[in-house]
Amino acid sequence: MAAAGPLLDSFWQSLLTLVFFYAFMGLTWNLMMSAGLLSLGHGLFLGLGAYATAVFTATGGLSPWISILIGAAISAAAGSAIAWIGGRFSVRGVQFALLTIAFAELARVLFDNWDFVGSTGGFFLKAINPDTNRPLLTLRGGTLFFYLAFVLITAAAYFLIRALMASRWGYRWRGIHEDEDAARALGVPALRSKVLVVAISAGLAGVGGGLFGFLQGSLFPDSIMGLRISIEVLIAPIIGGVGSLFGPIVGAFFVVPLMEGSNVLGQRMGFYGLNTLIYGAVILGVIAFLPDGIWPRIVRFVAARRS
Amino acid sequence: MTALYLNVISGGILIGVVYALIALGLTIIFGVMRVVNFAHGEMVVIGMYIGYGLWSAFKLPPWMLAPVAAALLFALGYALQLGIVNAFIDRPQHAQFVLFISFALMITGLHLALFGPDSWPIQTVESMQSYTIGPVRLDVLRSQAALMALLLIIVLMLFLKFSTLGRSIRAAADNLIGAQVIGIRVRKVYAVTAGIGMACAGAAGALIAPIFDTQPFLATDFTLIAFIIVIVGGLGSLTGALLGGVLIGLSEALAALMISPALKTTFSYALLVLVLLLRPNGLFGEPER
Repeated sequence: MAAAGPLLDSFWQSLLTLVFFYAFMGLTWNLMMSAGLLSLGHGLFLGLGAYATAVFTATGGLSPWISILIGAAISAAAGSAIAWIGGRFSVRGVQFALLTIAFAELARVLFDNWDFVGSTGGFFLKAINPDTNRPLLTLRGGTLFFYLAFVLITAAAYFLIRALMASRWGYRWRGIHEDEDAARALGVPALRSKVLVVAISAGLAGVGGGLFGFLQGSLFPDSIMGLRISIEVLIAPIIGGVGSLFGPIVGAFFVVPLMEGSNVLGQRMGFYGLNTLIYGAVILGVIAFLPDGIWPRIVRFVAARRS
Repeated sequence: MTALYLNVISGGILIGVVYALIALGLTIIFGVMRVVNFAHGEMVVIGMYIGYGLWSAFKLPPWMLAPVAAALLFALGYALQLGIVNAFIDRPQHAQFVLFISFALMITGLHLALFGPDSWPIQTVESMQSYTIGPVRLDVLRSQAALMALLLIIVLMLFLKFSTLGRSIRAAADNLIGAQVIGIRVRKVYAVTAGIGMACAGAAGALIAPIFDTQPFLATDFTLIAFIIVIVGGLGSLTGALLGGVLIGLSEALAALMISPALKTTFSYALLVLVLLLRPNGLFGEPER
């Protein structure tokens, strides 16, 4: 896919860049989900990473590479805190999900009123000069650069998560998901496991957020930390298949073109809101008829064909 | 200065009663079916459009139209539940969540397509009026809305306490298997519950229409406020929803006055976090069995 990049024209490159962004974010969300932790506030980690990276680079003058690491660290810290607080107070199930929303919204409102990062007016990165810019140094470039960047981190995340799930920790997380009390009885360190999985999930999300911030060039609390993007992040993995490694990627390939396509259709027909309507209807269709998601159904189909 | 505080407090309490009605709908749905209705705010907005539409057509005050909105949304809830949601009761939480998100998206999309994104205010003679009781000035529109909401809440509570159907609903909420054993038709009970829950949202929406300008994007705010109230008051607890609603309405108003209008939801979220940590079943909820 990376090789195909330069061959496509820039429209497809931007579209696929967005696909891989959501695929990457979906992978991070899915990771938390493997331990049974439903995150409805993933925008928090995305946004923290984005803002930290942007602020340290633009105002702080640090190298973007370092800023991204700082952003990831901050998101990971936030995730750890939330997981620790949730674990310590035995907040489970739907209440944990609501806790994630609460923290995300708290952060969003705080950023909305924090003048240092621009409040609701937004934080803007200086425009780059395409002639003198060296993308690997500034981590900002043209369409092709971001396309390759997102393909790369998605692939990296895939292999990383695959390794994690096959490791001791992966088994622990799945055990906690299945039955936390039984897992505890078997000696699984539940609190530590939960903090670890959320820290990794959040840290990775922070990286994605940082890169996304560079792609957008400007950040607004509402769009990068709000409920809307938190929901957008989880639709792709759920549609594609929660719990499978490839699910979020497949889901993103399905959902992002759908989102953009229905946008365009709505505008063409002069039908304001048509995009939201179609988007919702298709999601409803998938969740109703393909309960485990698209990818597991494909896998079963291929396996049935083979035998 | 005290007069200002008194006015703000009373305004907050009044709107809190209407919030309570919204939360009541949500807590009934959650208490009985354990399903998280993330489209609740969208139902409120449907109610707002119904209120607005009937007002511009017949010029009746929205508080008179709340029962109409309630009836329409009851039908919608009943149909949705029987048609789709019942099949999702045993599905994992994230699947249910996506189901309701898809509803929310479709409803908002429909609103945008039919009515456009602009907000529609209701301007009546009473918009600027207020009742004066001693040092306190009560907004006429808020008072009417609160009174009607209170009336609906009382009717609902009486229904749940004394009618057969109401008792079936509470039985199903208390002990599902037991309820089925004694012959309660659970699918029908669920449908009625969903209908009632959404009717509450719709009625509240019709009542709110003159206070907040009607537009499709208010939905998320209402969903979130409803969730905060339900968690703080206690999932499945009716008194919790009522008192929680007033508490949140009050705290929002005070926070707006004492800290800043932009941060008024911060206090509510902070309260939510505290309750989730220290008393996850809410201030009036029962411990999980």
